[in-house]
Amino acid sequence: MATPRAAEQLAPGTMAPLPFRVATREQETADTWTLALEPLGDGAPAIAPGQFVMAYAFGVGEVPISVSGTPLRLTVRAVGAVSRAICASEPGAVLGLRGPYGNSWPVDAADGGDVVVIAGGIGLAPLRLVVLRLLERRDRVGTVSLLYGARTPGDLLYTAELADWRRSIEVAVTVDAAGGDWSGRVGVVTKLLADTRFRPAATTAFVCGPEIMMRFAARALLDRGVPAERIQLSMERHMDCGVGLCGHCQLGPTLICRDGPVYSYARLAPWLEVREL
Amino acid sequence: MPRQLDRLLVDVPFFDGLGEDELALLAGCARNVRFDAGAYVFREGDPADVFYVVRHGSVALEAFVPAGGPVMIETIDAGEVLGWSWLFPPYRWHFDARALATVRATAFDGACLRDKCAADPALGYRLMGRFAQVLIERLQWTRLRLLDVYGDAARS
Repeated sequence: MATPRAAEQLAPGTMAPLPFRVATREQETADTWTLALEPLGDGAPAIAPGQFVMAYAFGVGEVPISVSGTPLRLTVRAVGAVSRAICASEPGAVLGLRGPYGNSWPVDAADGGDVVVIAGGIGLAPLRLVVLRLLERRDRVGTVSLLYGARTPGDLLYTAELADWRRSIEVAVTVDAAGGDWSGRVGVVTKLLADTRFRPAATTAFVCGPEIMMRFAARALLDRGVPAERIQLSMERHMDCGVGLCGHCQLGPTLICRDGPVYSYARLAPWLEVREL
Repeated sequence: MPRQLDRLLVDVPFFDGLGEDELALLAGCARNVRFDAGAYVFREGDPADVFYVVRHGSVALEAFVPAGGPVMIETIDAGEVLGWSWLFPPYRWHFDARALATVRATAFDGACLRDKCAADPALGYRLMGRFAQVLIERLQWTRLRLLDVYGDAARS
C-alpha cells in the first residue's frame, strides 16, 4: 500500500479531531473495553486493517489506538489517564478522532499461501480485522492459524469470536499463568508454533504484541523457514501527532505513524537489535 | 510389546537421530500408560523414577499455593517430554502433574535407563543431550514469561 507523505495528509483540519459518539461499550477484560463509534458529521472513514486513529478524550488528552473493527471499533486497554478516560466513556459520550493513519497489513498478499497470525495480549485487537478479512477470503488461502497468547485466561479478548473462528480456521490459545480451573494451555505463544502445520516458504505471518514477544515470534518463524519478507509486524512507539511531524515515533530512518505501523521483518531486523532505538 | 514400542518411539521428535538398536534399548525400559482426565501423573515430593513422552492429550504442571490453590505453571502437550527429576538425586518430583484430558503416554523406567546409560556411555551422552535441549528450551520459555510482557510493568 502506498504510504501518504505528511504533506499530503496535512489538509486543512488534519490536526482537528472530528466528533464521534460512543454507540456501544463492552467490557472485554478487567481493564479493556471495546467501543463502537459513530461519526456525528459526515460518513465514517474508510479504514484498512492495521491502521490507527488518534483518539481524543476531551480535556484529558489524545492517544493512538489501533482500529479493531469496521464500522469503527476501538479496543482499548486502560493503562494511562487518556486510555482510562476513553474506556470510561459511556454510550452517548463524544470522543474526538483523527485519522485513520498508517499503512495496513498486506492481507491480500497471502493469497495462494498459508497464513499464521500470532497475537500477544492486546495485540489481537489490530489483528482482528486481519482475521475477519481472511475469513472473507477463506477460499483464497491455504491453512490459516491464529496463535494467541495472553497473560491469564481472564485477559483473553474476543472469547466468543474465538469460538466462532475455530469453525473456519485453527485457533490455538495459551496463557502465561492460570489457576487449576483452566483446561487450556499454559506457556509462551511461540511454543504453539511447534504444533502448527503450514508450508513455510509459502506462508505469510502477521504478528502483533509486545515488541519482545514479536522478536521471539519472528525468530521462531524464521527457524521454521518462513521468509523474513513474509513476516509482518506492527510496531509501537510513543506517538504525538500521528502525521509525521513530531518525530516521536521514529524507528531507524522511518516514522511509525507515517511509514508503519506495519513493517516486514526483513526491513525491521537491523533496527530491532539496536538498543534505545 | 517392546517391538511395538520401538515403532512408537520412531515417531517421537525427542528420539530423532537415535538408531534402531538404541530405540530397542529404550523400549526395553518403556511401557504404555493412560491417565483419565483429572488423574495425577505424579505428585510433588513423590519418588521420581520415570519420565513420560506424551502421545495424546495434555498434562498440567502445577504447584499448590497455600490459600491460593493449584497454580498451573506449564502444560505439556502431545509429542513433548514430561519429567526430568529421575535424572539426578534426590529423584523426587518438584511439582504436581495432572492430566487435563485423557492422556496416553509412554513411560520410561528411570532406574532401568540410568543403568543402560552407565553401561553404554555413548547412548547416555546422546540421551542427556536431548534432555539438555528440552531443559534449555523450557528455561528460555520460562525466562520469557518472567518478563511478564503482557503486564503493566513491561509497558513502562
